[in-house]
Amino acid sequence: MRHIISILIENESGALSRVSGLFSARGYNIDSLTVAPTEDPSLSRMTIVSIGSDDIIEQITKQLNKLIDVVKVVDLSEAPHIERELMLVKVRATGKDREEMKRVADIFRGHIIDVTESSYVIELTGDGAKLDAFLNAIDRSLILETVRTGVCGIGRGDRILKV
Amino acid sequence: MQLTGAEIVIRCLQEEKVDYVFGYPGGSVLFIYDELFKQDQVRHVLVRHEQAAVHAADAYSRSSDKVGVCLVTSGPGVTNAVTGIATAYMDSIPLVVLTGQVPTAYIGQDAFQEADTVGITRPCVKHNFLVKDVKDLAITIKKAFYLAKTGRPGPVLVDIPKDITIQKTEFHYPKTLSMRSYNPVVKGHTGQIKKAVQLLLEAKRPMIYTGGGVILSNAAEKLTRLARMLGFPVTQTLMGLGGYPATDRQHLGMLGMHGTFEANMAMQECDVLLAIGARFDDRVIGNPEHFARNPRKIIHVDIDPSSISKRVKVDVPIVGNVPDVIDEIIRQLEASEGKPDARHLAAWWKQIEEWRSKNCLKYKMGSELIMPQYVVEKLYEVTGGDAFVTSDVGQHQMWAAQYYKFDKPRRWINSGGLGTMGFGLPAAMGVRFANPDATVACITGEGSIQMNIQELSTCKQFHLPIKILCLNNGYLGMVRQWQQMFHGNRYAESYVDALPDFVKLAEAYGHVGMRITKPADVEPALREAFVKHKNQLVFLDFLTDKTANVFPMVAAGKGLSEMILAEEL
Repeated sequence: MRHIISILIENESGALSRVSGLFSARGYNIDSLTVAPTEDPSLSRMTIVSIGSDDIIEQITKQLNKLIDVVKVVDLSEAPHIERELMLVKVRATGKDREEMKRVADIFRGHIIDVTESSYVIELTGDGAKLDAFLNAIDRSLILETVRTGVCGIGRGDRILKV
Repeated sequence: MQLTGAEIVIRCLQEEKVDYVFGYPGGSVLFIYDELFKQDQVRHVLVRHEQAAVHAADAYSRSSDKVGVCLVTSGPGVTNAVTGIATAYMDSIPLVVLTGQVPTAYIGQDAFQEADTVGITRPCVKHNFLVKDVKDLAITIKKAFYLAKTGRPGPVLVDIPKDITIQKTEFHYPKTLSMRSYNPVVKGHTGQIKKAVQLLLEAKRPMIYTGGGVILSNAAEKLTRLARMLGFPVTQTLMGLGGYPATDRQHLGMLGMHGTFEANMAMQECDVLLAIGARFDDRVIGNPEHFARNPRKIIHVDIDPSSISKRVKVDVPIVGNVPDVIDEIIRQLEASEGKPDARHLAAWWKQIEEWRSKNCLKYKMGSELIMPQYVVEKLYEVTGGDAFVTSDVGQHQMWAAQYYKFDKPRRWINSGGLGTMGFGLPAAMGVRFANPDATVACITGEGSIQMNIQELSTCKQFHLPIKILCLNNGYLGMVRQWQQMFHGNRYAESYVDALPDFVKLAEAYGHVGMRITKPADVEPALREAFVKHKNQLVFLDFLTDKTANVFPMVAAGKGLSEMILAEEL
């Protein structure tokens, strides 16, 4: 099962390596990991997507809680939540492809954020499936470069992860 | 008043009432050593290798309940210490490890004696810190002591760059500390304990299984009270020995790979299992699928939630400090109208006595060859069962655990989790510093003792009258046993050729050496060592039967009840 684990962690040097080291030392899988400071700069928020049985996910959350710098851990996927990922795609945009690329970007509510005579950079947000769908919808041979942030997530409604 | 970082380090140790620091000097810690030199409240024990410093500090803690402290220099000082740190981590021993680091400006430049200490030690410490500002030094050391001894204890490392030790700041040592990210649970959940008490009262074939958590949390007396109240059988892990008196009738001995027949059978066949401060590891329950074949309800008390339901499914998890949880169980039992089912309990004990009558630890000895088990039994007699016993790792460790009956906690000092050869001698040193008048024996083998034998020099310097019992069978015995049983008698590299003359070696270091070759000489030699040479270190080299094996044995991957017994070979 795919799980999205959100962590509030002290924003100290080495915090990221404590978490990633835990995953590799115990043989847990990381699909994606994102991290950045929160509105309180002493805290970082991390979102980890991992795949594992319920037993393994239970161990992961327990082991994460055991890390001294970790303040809170929740498994977002236990309840309604929203997940988003940001993707930047650089595509070749010449001739008739130029118009077609803009049309597909519009359909996916993407934005063209950089334009040259021969290329676009398209910004797209959504869940992973939507980003995959976009890549499948355009001509693969026109893709010059892609970069994705990995998933970040938040609980719906009253579910709040805060100190 | 402004103090230098080095002065602050020493002031912090004084504030923590540290009496001994085990260590080894070097370039990055010179200013700290200079400050150590200028005072006499914190004493320093100079070892001969950093690994020994950590083992000594570790055993100092194991035998006293104080936090062990060590101090080593950067680079190789740290890498040498890593085995010691990992040993303490696996057995949850509270340590504060202070390490020197190259000056802040040199970090990352491959400076002389530079190592990424925080990176190297991260997986084997409870937590570690790199101090980047002298203003953070005192609070960091305070946190280190606090983290080491609270919750599930463990080693905490503080890496201090050399420039920090000469910079100055105001010294303030906080009395108390709170960390928003660290709040260990103490009290167990009352509702969960209520469920547990209900299960205990309904049990037909109950069993109490305890581990190192009982020792670490000083819960031995409370455990004994609880077990006697219930009248249930008790088994202990290698790390738990001494938590319940081994000479008591209710005690079935150690369980696990080399546990007793009765303990392993009762563990497999019980219907309600109360696990306290133990973690169901692979050497204890064998194959988890086989263990799960017998249905039983499991109550698991542990301070670390991640130990619960890690290897076996648990029915009633209770996260909390062991003595607090036992207190609450006792309170609820006393308040309850129910009593354990006497009729079923009597039938269960009858079954257990039948298993016990197999006398699974018996061994045969003639008049020519010394059996290693016999040496441990005689040690028990000669020391009145009241010695501190440290051990290394291998066959001798198992024989020590099986044949020395520990009635008190913190008397049995061994590397259970990591299984570190070379632990025994430095551990014996640490025990002696924590218990200056105690009788200390180190049971070892001719393989293990050579992994830290340089500490005979430390023992001379500090006049440590340790008695080393080397069960010398000329083999890496446990390796040889596995090769005999599972690798077709192919003894690959398990023969320790070209052994030194240990008697002369001991004498060369200024100690007493004795070689014992006949069974009849074992007891007289021990008496001579412990009485005549009471105040000296004695190295007793017992030449034992080379073919002796440790039984019972649960082979790796087998079920607990699938034991190999001595008589079956």
